[in-house]
Amino acid sequence: MDDLSLMVGTGETLALVGASGAGKTTVLKLVNRLLLPHAGDVRVQGRDTREWDPIRLRRTVGYVIQEVGLFPHLTVADNIAVVPRLERWPDDRIAARVRELLELIGLAPETYASRWPDELSGGQRQRVGVARALAADPPVLLMDEPFGALDPITRRQLQQEFRRIQARLEKCVILVTHDMAEALALGDHIGVMKDGQLIWRGTPQEIVECPDSRVRALVDTVLSFPRPEARVRPG
Amino acid sequence: MTGVVGFWLTHERELATFVAEHVLLVAISTALAVAIGVPLAVFATRRPRLASPLMAAANIVQTIPSLAMFGFLLPVPLIGGIGSRAALTVLVLYGVLPIVRSTIVGITGIEASIRTAGVAMGMTSRELLRQIELPLALPSIVAGIRVAAVIGVGSATIAAAIGAGGLGQYIYRGLSMVDSTVILAGAIPAALLALIVDGSLLWLERRLIAGRRTGSGRTAIGVAASLTVLALLGSAVLAVRSPGAIVVGSKNFTEQLILGEMVAQVIERETGLPVRRRLNLGGTLICDRALLAGDIDVYVEYTGTALTAIFNRPAANDPAMVFGTVRDLYASSGRTLLAPLGYDNTFAILVRGAEARARGLRTIDDVARVAPEWRAGFGYEFMERPDGYPGLAKTYGLSFRTPPQVMDLTLSYRALATGQVDLIAGDATAGLIKGLDLVALEDNRRYFPPYDAVPVASASTLLRYPQMRKALEGLAGRISAADMRDMNYAADVQHENPADIARRFLDRAR
Repeated sequence: MDDLSLMVGTGETLALVGASGAGKTTVLKLVNRLLLPHAGDVRVQGRDTREWDPIRLRRTVGYVIQEVGLFPHLTVADNIAVVPRLERWPDDRIAARVRELLELIGLAPETYASRWPDELSGGQRQRVGVARALAADPPVLLMDEPFGALDPITRRQLQQEFRRIQARLEKCVILVTHDMAEALALGDHIGVMKDGQLIWRGTPQEIVECPDSRVRALVDTVLSFPRPEARVRPG
Repeated sequence: MTGVVGFWLTHERELATFVAEHVLLVAISTALAVAIGVPLAVFATRRPRLASPLMAAANIVQTIPSLAMFGFLLPVPLIGGIGSRAALTVLVLYGVLPIVRSTIVGITGIEASIRTAGVAMGMTSRELLRQIELPLALPSIVAGIRVAAVIGVGSATIAAAIGAGGLGQYIYRGLSMVDSTVILAGAIPAALLALIVDGSLLWLERRLIAGRRTGSGRTAIGVAASLTVLALLGSAVLAVRSPGAIVVGSKNFTEQLILGEMVAQVIERETGLPVRRRLNLGGTLICDRALLAGDIDVYVEYTGTALTAIFNRPAANDPAMVFGTVRDLYASSGRTLLAPLGYDNTFAILVRGAEARARGLRTIDDVARVAPEWRAGFGYEFMERPDGYPGLAKTYGLSFRTPPQVMDLTLSYRALATGQVDLIAGDATAGLIKGLDLVALEDNRRYFPPYDAVPVASASTLLRYPQMRKALEGLAGRISAADMRDMNYAADVQHENPADIARRFLDRAR
């Protein structure tokens, strides 16, 4: 990957879109220092990731991984509580936070807190993955295909919920997707990646008018099947 | 089968002690193997390049037969020698491999996404290990512990050869007495123990896998832990032996067991000192090492054996000269050869009584004539020793139909009686000579060196307890070859307890 320059501000959502293998996940891993850049720098809250203590950095950056990766030996509540526990929060604060997050993602705490990951549907697991990433209230949130592998209805539902959550939480979010419709629906800014390069970036309004044929090809797949949910987010 | 049950009922207390010793050996060695194996495996998963050499090393250890391993460890200080410490070393070495392997499999088998999630959430390597990797690998680790413990139950029976106690004592005792009842008395509980260990750890493993759903994993671990602690406490109570001031050893055949008992009882009777018995040690060299290392204080040796097998001197024929040489050699290594007990346990060339009578065989020279039509069976030791088969064949011009068959000494008596071989080299005092109607041929050319039975003791122990020397000197010249053969007969054929036989002899001779 080379020649990549991106900036995401607080309360903003950057959607990175591109085919698989375009380097989207690599960008995320550079942010939480699962990878280090060979050249150039990655700054989180103005600080080079090389200067961050990697453990501190990763607890500051929530990460929703593509395969969800819930811990199968922990209940839903305990999965969500992982980072607060690592941060040694007091128990009552953890309990309150887990409750709050379960409500935020729309899973009733009474029913779901003590469930095991393998008792959940795919969509419920994805939601718990998001709640787990948000648990310690990180200012930065990385989401790698958070709604992938879901049926279209659940997917749309979760996208709406994400918009609702983001409107409340005002995080700095980088969201990776191969689906232009999702990028258009959720991103304040959109970056298009191809073969490790950022070939275009701009707002959803701008991308619709973009003349670049490589970008157009992606946009057309969405516009040729117009869906109300895929509309550009107002404001 | 009723014989075995009867045996257990009459040896209730002893059986409980042996089972307890066995359980303790296996439990402690398995716990140590876990303590070594799990960290080793974790280390290997952190440095994958080290994993395969580590596994290779562990695999090689696993292929060494346990008896050979005990042999290697005899001269090693601290972890070797004889007794339960050396046995623990061997059992731990065997137990480590399955635990290392299953731990590595358990950890590397965790889905990459789960580990990535842990790392990305800011877990340190240690937190990842304790909160994610070990809990998820636990069922696999328990599977490895199960394999290690079951191997341990089996290997621990062999540990009796080096005086580590346990159920193997019945197996060895039974083998040396050619008594399958006694063998079964040890083998059946050992097999049951293996089944119980296997079954309960399998149960735990299943609960752990199921526990991820139901949350009963922790309960299962709790139950397993408390049961283990209970078993250990019970075993510890049963296995505790009187802290003997004097430790009496013996080799692993009937005569030695009787002599060991006799020496122990004489010391107990005459001196009142507490005595610990470490009988049934696996051979001459093990007894010798044990005496040298101070693991035992006294055992009965045979002058000819000491001369050739321990001190590597050429065999000699004059009993007084052999005794003198051996006494001096022992003295120079801090050990004292006491007064001979009175009989010579030399080799006896044995044939079936019926055959001897029919063909008028009386001496080895007589046999040399018919030998070319015969098959011979000899113990391992007899084939190798300088005063064994090669010299015998040369002295008498013996040659057989086929090269002599090598077999276990005690089994060779039966092989002779049942006609599988026609001639064996046994002990002059073997009770089976009487029991199986065998005939000892006269060594008319005086080939075999003298094997006078003599207690040999640690010089420092004798200095500390002069009354012990007095007690042992009391046995001097008291046991004739006929006495010994009768006592061996009582044990091997009439299946009497060596302790009872020794007691009766001492009572009568008093």
